[in-house]
Amino acid sequence: MAADRDIGAPPLVVQGLSHAFGERQALREVSFELNRGDRAMLLGLNGAGKTTLFSLITRLYNHRSGSIRIFGWEIKQKPSEALARLGVVFQLPTLDPDLTVAQNLYYHAALHGLPRREAAVRIKREIERVGLTDRIGEKARTLSGGQRRRVEIARALIHRPKMLLLDEATVGLDIASRQFLLDHVRMLCREEGLAVLWATHLIDEVDSDARVIVLHRGRVLAEGPVPDVIRRKNAASIREAFDKLTGERSE
Amino acid sequence: MRPVHYYRCMQGIVWREGLRFLNQRGRFVAALVRPLVWLVIFAAGFRFVLGVSIIPPYQTYIPYEEYIAPGLIGMIQLFQAMQSTLSMVWDREMGSMRTLLVSPLPRWYLLVSKMVATVAVAVLQSYVFLGIAYFWGVQPPPIGYLTVFPALILSGMMLSALGLFISSAIRQLENFAGVMNFVIFPMFFASSALYPLWTVREANQKLYYICMVNPFTHAVELIRFALYEQFNGLACAVVVGALIVFMALAILGYDPGRGLIVRRGGGPE
Repeated sequence: MAADRDIGAPPLVVQGLSHAFGERQALREVSFELNRGDRAMLLGLNGAGKTTLFSLITRLYNHRSGSIRIFGWEIKQKPSEALARLGVVFQLPTLDPDLTVAQNLYYHAALHGLPRREAAVRIKREIERVGLTDRIGEKARTLSGGQRRRVEIARALIHRPKMLLLDEATVGLDIASRQFLLDHVRMLCREEGLAVLWATHLIDEVDSDARVIVLHRGRVLAEGPVPDVIRRKNAASIREAFDKLTGERSE
Repeated sequence: MRPVHYYRCMQGIVWREGLRFLNQRGRFVAALVRPLVWLVIFAAGFRFVLGVSIIPPYQTYIPYEEYIAPGLIGMIQLFQAMQSTLSMVWDREMGSMRTLLVSPLPRWYLLVSKMVATVAVAVLQSYVFLGIAYFWGVQPPPIGYLTVFPALILSGMMLSALGLFISSAIRQLENFAGVMNFVIFPMFFASSALYPLWTVREANQKLYYICMVNPFTHAVELIRFALYEQFNGLACAVVVGALIVFMALAILGYDPGRGLIVRRGGGPE
């Protein structure tokens, strides 16, 4: 039954989602959908509501109006089913610096109920894929920012999620590390059919074969494949389209 | 999620807590040095000032060191619980708590697992302390080392649940100093850890009542009686009751629909 849902239902459906912190309205009637293999860039300036949206999708706190369905499971009603299908890379570094890379990954595997033997196989594979096999026994604090991000991506995939959320994952990284992450995530979408929602305020990260969701002051202003959004705004580039949509200059 | 997933999750959280504890050797040493300083220096200085008459569970006059040993075990557990509180607040500030909170198991279960992890470390520390204290003349009956085990678990759980609740209520790491002043010190000193409550009653009746409603007093008494193969029903009831209340408050504090994180938002944008 759960497997049927994974095949049939879209990875993510957000409908009429609104959220406020006291008087401050963070999200207003946000709606969009993600399909298998989609790589959607959630583009917005700082303060647009991206992190709030991610916090609601990952149920760090509950939404009060609208709905969030992950493979058909409403996150508020069936959090375990929904969260088991999600891999998340947060904006802030979340590795435990006092533990080794392997220990961090085993901890994550345990939080998802994986047996240690199976976790060992998966950890070996994921850490190989991000090119850090030689650092697996070292403390996380000894890694560079880019290497930590790679480990966090490997960690997010240990429990074999069907959808990956990345919140400003390239902030503070050098060009080579950014490119590695972009290429790695592209590969995951193409070869494994992973749906990816990537929040960013860096317009350079939005390439032409991705989908884009433009979020501004808590509202979705445009959504669709990048070429469509550019065409609809009679713009020459996604940067120009974004500037026209928001009336502000992008980074 | 099947029961085995729950088991592996708890095992993982306990394992991580243990690793962190072992990795931070300074923390291990500090956790032992603090009560040993009290036992070796404070007790030596005060043994002739603070007289201990024959009170249950003791059947004869005892040296002051023997009297304060259960209180110092309570101190170990209290500091371990607050250490865990501090690391929860730190993890929340730094963002690493999100890894825990987005795991698919229910949040109440994650908190219970965190509590078990804290208790496991605290019990280990308590036994190491008892081992060292043996050579300083604190020698309860051999069976006492076994009968104290459930008391250590129960009191550790209660104090850890208190720590979880506090961590859900503290807004910033800077506020932790307030916890030291308003929670740890009053709890420790307004209890039977360092002096029998009859001495407090003689000095100040109101303070005696404060000591009597302090759950830490009952945690210490539970440990004290268990260490001498006796059961203190009142202490046990208060500790269990406080455990239920603190845990319920902690679960409410971390509830995705009600807790502090909901009111103040999820982090930087």
